[in-house]
Amino acid sequence: MSAPGSLTWFAQHESRLAWRDLMSMMTAGKREREKKVAGGVLIFVAVMHVIAYFAVGGVGAGIVPDVPTLIAVSTGIALSASAMLSQAMESVTRTFYTRSDLELILSSPVEAERLFAVRIGAIAVSVGAMSLLFIGPFVDVLAWRSGAQWLLAYGLIFAASLCATALAVVLTAALFQTIGPRRTRTIAQIAAAIIGGLFVIGLQMAALFSTGTMSRFAFLRSDYVAAHAPPLNSVLWWPARAALGDFSALASVLSVSFALFLLATIVYAPRFAGFALAASSVSHRGRQTMRTGWRFRVGAPAAALRTKERLLLVRDPWLMSQSLMQILYLLPPAVLLWQGYANGGNGAMVLAPVLVMAAGQLAGGLAWLTISGEDAPDLVMTAPVSPGLLLRAKIEAVMQSIAIVFLPFVGALLFLSPTLALVVVAGVSAAAASATAIQLWFRAQAKRSLFRRRHTSSRIATFSEALSSITWAATAAIAAAGSWLAIIVGAMALGILGAVWLVSPARAAR
Amino acid sequence: MQNVQAEAALAIRGLRKSFDRPAVEGLDLSVRPGEFYMLLGPNGAGKTTTLRMVSGLLRPDEGSISIFGTDALADPVAAKQIVGWLSDEPMIYDKLTPVEYLEFIAGLWRVEAGPAEARSRDLLDWLGLTKHAHERCEGFSRGMRQKVALAGALVHEPRLIILDEPLTGLDAGSARLVKNVLTERVRAGATVIMTTHILEIAERMADRIGVISGGKLIAEGSLKELRELVGRGESNLEDMFLTIVEQSAAAA
Repeated sequence: MSAPGSLTWFAQHESRLAWRDLMSMMTAGKREREKKVAGGVLIFVAVMHVIAYFAVGGVGAGIVPDVPTLIAVSTGIALSASAMLSQAMESVTRTFYTRSDLELILSSPVEAERLFAVRIGAIAVSVGAMSLLFIGPFVDVLAWRSGAQWLLAYGLIFAASLCATALAVVLTAALFQTIGPRRTRTIAQIAAAIIGGLFVIGLQMAALFSTGTMSRFAFLRSDYVAAHAPPLNSVLWWPARAALGDFSALASVLSVSFALFLLATIVYAPRFAGFALAASSVSHRGRQTMRTGWRFRVGAPAAALRTKERLLLVRDPWLMSQSLMQILYLLPPAVLLWQGYANGGNGAMVLAPVLVMAAGQLAGGLAWLTISGEDAPDLVMTAPVSPGLLLRAKIEAVMQSIAIVFLPFVGALLFLSPTLALVVVAGVSAAAASATAIQLWFRAQAKRSLFRRRHTSSRIATFSEALSSITWAATAAIAAAGSWLAIIVGAMALGILGAVWLVSPARAAR
Repeated sequence: MQNVQAEAALAIRGLRKSFDRPAVEGLDLSVRPGEFYMLLGPNGAGKTTTLRMVSGLLRPDEGSISIFGTDALADPVAAKQIVGWLSDEPMIYDKLTPVEYLEFIAGLWRVEAGPAEARSRDLLDWLGLTKHAHERCEGFSRGMRQKVALAGALVHEPRLIILDEPLTGLDAGSARLVKNVLTERVRAGATVIMTTHILEIAERMADRIGVISGGKLIAEGSLKELRELVGRGESNLEDMFLTIVEQSAAAA
């Protein structure tokens, strides 16, 4: 039994809370789901191994750590690290601003820096664990097919999580000290979201400009990259060498990572209490809006609902950043479209599935916000408006947003290829409508602030939303290529939607 | 019977609702137009369930609800048009300002812009929120949020105002403002039905008091009538309430 207030005591306390929080998130608070969740995790891990087998199963033994190989492995590491940094920044921000138990601990006669040291450690563990879930299967398959030296990559994941956490602590603390507690939360969350996707998008953009395709692999294998890569003996290759089984490189990377992590913890853990206090004492005065006049603009109920949804979305920076992230992924296709004008439309058909997929995902998130994420359900339900009209207005709000985002693309496509524009319009409409329908059938009232956890309310809804978007994207891709097979794939998408309806709570309630 | 229902601000007959166990069991209740009616009862008595059914937030298993002659179950939209609802947990949108919130409600209740604007100004003024009219509600205290929600419940000038524990968590000043606004609405002809655990407020404000326990109305009347009912001429409402509930529990 650890002494109360000691580092190990806090570690026990935090791990218990973290475990319960994780279980609650996975089971949505229903204990009877625990076995199903365990089964689901096992299936997920198995499926990831199958995917990994098809992706890297062909890698043979005796890989030579030449420059192209080191570039490819380093890119994979950088991709994972950017996702880890994004996750860590979000967790660090939450540590500052979660008031519930911090107030209790900060008001108690214990050394709060110990708690924060434990919390920084917990962030590293959670970031590493999440990466293990996704990267571990690839490491396993590589170790099986190419040699046990690949198992050293697990050490690299650990090192990357330490580095990402240390960097997240330093960045968030720097934000806190420069722009203050009031704005740090928003800026840090937006930065975290952007960092998560920036590397992928940047790589894709670089590929577009250098090779004219969206293929990152073509870019990485290009002569341009090889010519500008560091020499083979550069320390920049250490992480890649460690992943490829170089024990001394791994030992060096681990030592540096651990030192960075330790330094960040020692320097910043004592300051966290001050940050948390500053965050909690931010003035509670609400932000003034631009509007100061009283002249009311009262529309019909549907218009009032649409306006409300628009205002709530636009004024929530975090939700905006999450939604905009999906739009950010549209940047590469936008560049491709622009390039399409230059070369007479060649390659523009790649746009169709990308746009349709993005529309499905964006519509799913927006539909959850408008349909399930209603912060004043009593108010809306007591309004003298028929449930049908309420629902229609909310769906219109989603479709309007989708139209605003995708119409410029369709407009540009019209000049390039009217047929392709038509395919994109049909695909975007179908994907957005399907995602909205799925959210409607699986709706579960929740606060908008739970947007991050919306996937926990129904795994079926999450999975079917993604599957539906993928199938519609495939339909659009085949249709853009001019094949009649698109009708079959489109029918499959409708079939998926029908199957989802059959298992939905909305059907059961009828 | 039909006539009584048509005249009453609220007429409830044989109302039943069960969840895991019965929450409301054959409740009959009638509230007159222009009346300030307090619904009292111990925790779990069925007060909130009853009011949520009247407001259209819950569908009863059995029974009828008539609001100023409109069958609230057959024509909920017409009934909702004349009802204002406020719960103990203020449901407002953090990212909207009070003005935008009231504008939104005016849209839902189809109130024209001119009258909605005028009423909003008055309500925010009465509730001491004018200087915060263009601030987002996210920084508001609980009392301020409850006052914004109250303004929302009144901006469409409902004939029947239903309030479930509206004074929970309010400081004395805010509570007085809310009470003043409600008294003013009753003077203007509105009917108010309110639940509260603060018996002193019920004693001061109510025209009639209904005591509900185990999902049934066990006593009803003015303060004087309730005193006569329990046979304790000089006792306060707290003593009477406890006696009534104890007698009802003993009889059950």
